[in-house]
Amino acid sequence: MRADTNMKQTQNIMTEKSGKQSMQPGCDTMSLLGKFDMDEIMNCMQCGFCLPACPTYRQTGKESASPRGRIALMKGVAEQKLPVEAEFEHNMYLCLGCRACETACPAGVPYGSLVETAREVVESTKKQSGSQSFLRKLIFEKVFPHPSRLHALGTILWGAQAAGLQRLALKTGLINILPRPLAEMQQAVGRVASPWERRKRERVMKPETAQPIARIGLFTGCIMDVMFYEINQATARVLVKAGCEVVFVDNQVCCGALHAHAGEKEGAVELAKRNIEAFEQAGVDYVVNNAGGCGAALKEYHHWFHDDPVWKERAMSFVAAVRDVNELLAELPELTFAKSLPIRVTYQDSCHLAHGQGIRNQPRQLLRSIPGVEYVELHNADSCCGSAGIYNITNYEMSMQILDQKMQDVEETKANVIVTSNPGCLLQMKHGVNRAGLAGRMEALHIMELLDRAL
Amino acid sequence: MLSKEVRKQLISVVGEKWFLDSPNELYVYSYDATPLYQAMPDAVVIPGSVEELSAVLCIANEQRINIVPRGSGTNLCGGTVPLEGGIVLNINRLNKIKEIDQENLTATFGPGVITADLHKAVEAVGLFYPPDPGSMRISTMGGNVAECAGGMRGLKYGVTKDYIIGLEMVLPSGEVLKVGGKNAKDVAGYDLTKLLVGSEGTLAVVTEITAKLLPLPEAKQTMVAYYRSLTDAARTVQRVIADRIIPATMEFLDNGTMRVVEDFARIGLPLDMEAMLLIEQDGTEAQVERDMARIAEICRQERAAEVRMAQTSAEAAGLMAARRSALSALARMRPTTILEDATVPRSRLAEMVEQVNRIAKKYNVHICTFGHAGDGNLHPTCMTDERDKEEIHRVEQAFEEIFLAALKLGGTITGEHGVGVAKAKYLDLKVGTAGVELMKRIKQAFDPNGIMNPGKMFAKDTRRRVVVKSCACGHEHEANTEHHD
Repeated sequence: MRADTNMKQTQNIMTEKSGKQSMQPGCDTMSLLGKFDMDEIMNCMQCGFCLPACPTYRQTGKESASPRGRIALMKGVAEQKLPVEAEFEHNMYLCLGCRACETACPAGVPYGSLVETAREVVESTKKQSGSQSFLRKLIFEKVFPHPSRLHALGTILWGAQAAGLQRLALKTGLINILPRPLAEMQQAVGRVASPWERRKRERVMKPETAQPIARIGLFTGCIMDVMFYEINQATARVLVKAGCEVVFVDNQVCCGALHAHAGEKEGAVELAKRNIEAFEQAGVDYVVNNAGGCGAALKEYHHWFHDDPVWKERAMSFVAAVRDVNELLAELPELTFAKSLPIRVTYQDSCHLAHGQGIRNQPRQLLRSIPGVEYVELHNADSCCGSAGIYNITNYEMSMQILDQKMQDVEETKANVIVTSNPGCLLQMKHGVNRAGLAGRMEALHIMELLDRAL
Repeated sequence: MLSKEVRKQLISVVGEKWFLDSPNELYVYSYDATPLYQAMPDAVVIPGSVEELSAVLCIANEQRINIVPRGSGTNLCGGTVPLEGGIVLNINRLNKIKEIDQENLTATFGPGVITADLHKAVEAVGLFYPPDPGSMRISTMGGNVAECAGGMRGLKYGVTKDYIIGLEMVLPSGEVLKVGGKNAKDVAGYDLTKLLVGSEGTLAVVTEITAKLLPLPEAKQTMVAYYRSLTDAARTVQRVIADRIIPATMEFLDNGTMRVVEDFARIGLPLDMEAMLLIEQDGTEAQVERDMARIAEICRQERAAEVRMAQTSAEAAGLMAARRSALSALARMRPTTILEDATVPRSRLAEMVEQVNRIAKKYNVHICTFGHAGDGNLHPTCMTDERDKEEIHRVEQAFEEIFLAALKLGGTITGEHGVGVAKAKYLDLKVGTAGVELMKRIKQAFDPNGIMNPGKMFAKDTRRRVVVKSCACGHEHEANTEHHD
């Protein structure tokens, strides 16, 4: 048999080559590798259709930076032909997780969840060997799961801004004590809401006249509510204008997407449970979010409870109620606008909104419906901007290469406003506008901010 | 394993960034789009110029290190799997379109140019490069040349070899050679240009390609016809051509394929039909209209249950996209998908499809068939699971019988995917022992040390013992088909 011979050949070569570095498959390792869904990995037929869709492949031209390559590596690890070590970790984390490959893949390989499993295997291996970084632990275990700590962070940010520290640090060069990615990215952060503003938020907002057509629980998101508090407020105002009652649901927490993407599945599951509980108690018709990344995770909650039928059931009813705000607005009666905005607008897809949730037309329709707006389509709009959660911090160089390419396309649209529908993309676009020297000529906005301006 | 010294030499040629030999990097160049084949290279080298590439070949030739040229790795014959180790020589960085000559109607470009990018560039100035293999969005032109890629427009426009008129190549010795050129007529010596097209990286490495171009047809129309019977569909194909109409495209999907494509693309295919034909004609507006009307008439006469002309270009693109996704959509059904390309003269199409169905039943394997009906090039595609050794064995037997059936009908073992490793052991059945020997002597002349893509095209050792009743030439042959494992 040709297959046998060649497979054997591979195995021999592999043991010869990497036998030395291979970890000894102990009991723990075996159960770890069992996490890989081999049927889905095998479903990749290596046709290569994903290659041109992948931003990191386009940047590097290297197979190891492509979805096909990464899946092959996962298969190699799962079959114990490759060790779980630094190189594998690097390759798994070089992926943006934008899932553009899923749109391109005709075989329907769920790449996003495969890469999450691969990262989970990496992180579990490191935990076993005690080599996980302190900073990582701090972020994933001590900050994101705790809304109060995130808000404290917001207060610190606000304080720094209010005291003019940001400008001072910039002027004096003190800013350079931050690692370069953080130093550069923080310049893109806009005005952060003060603690008083946040405290006096109305918990329930209702249309002035008519009976509400739906009761909505707004999913505020962790980063969103701290860094882009105003966008959540704008979202609520737009929904109220559309005839909905909007509730800021208490006890909600981070969606868990960042945890899941970074291989911290257990942490993600805990957060999911808390959110499901919080929104069940709120008694809402829809769980509406304005962040493509969070939305994609919220809609996948039921996949996170494989071996827990009770929670899976609860997750399924929760997922059925989840809507992206663009998606919901498209289903509601058309908005009536009060103002005309004579501007040229283009739109950068949020990867997890477009590739993850298949929501492409709705935001474009909404933008076109604003009086005065001239909508112009962005070339390669559904190709990742390089933000990708915390990727622009962890893989700064690659992220900036991708962003610079993106900004060339953005500049060609000659738009006054570049619109996105996810906080990470928005921050990246703001940074991109600065980097490309377009500040003053171009503004980056969340779609809800722009709609809110015209209402 | 390369010696330290060789490693150092190669790095000094291409630079550290473009010499890869870490375990992960080697692993991802151990496969291509062909199922079941995998083998590790010793290094991956990605040269940035002809000079660098030539220097790499010099070193390899001197040290007797195998060279496996590779583009995007989308071939389906195991052509870029480094079976015997050595250097995978990736040509993707040679990706400049150097010239589109609008007076001579030629394009000159590096082998790393993506096929669809070449299409876009020449179409922007009203010109046309017809070959459009299924993987055109990612395949490289170098790979297309190496495999003589076909595509859906082969019926009217031919395949890669019909367009390549000039090449620059580097011989294993490192010598750089230019053959052919922009001349429409050129009979100076043997046609080495055409010899290189389809040589599967076993002779030399192509570093520059000159292709002839056509004017872009002004109009195009797409039509679909559904049939309750396979034979009716096949007869339509024969009758259209017998009527002196050569459509640009005549694609065929059987019911199994239609189901999977529908599941993927949701374009409303009627799943109670046995087969569908996808027909496209291009040319002047008047001619397209006349041809399409006549073709529709023939479809109806041959008992097509439904004939539909795409009303908008978006609808046409949707139908074609459905066909383009057929192969990969089939991949959703089972973990392993094996696609073959047995080809017969188009008058034998219906017989061949029936043979495929019979053979699939005999070995109890799941095979769907689609393909280029107009040129008799079928893609019997088997959905299986490589982890099930017993089933894979039956699949292999079925495909062997399919190849023999194609040969019996005057066809060939491979229409457009190439021989590579996947069909090496069947090559002599098609070209005869004398043919194989002559080909080996040609290879010997180019590559005396045998470093170029070893293990491809020519089987190491085969003994067969199956009686092929009648062959293309009408005689009875006896050939060995006992495999060597």
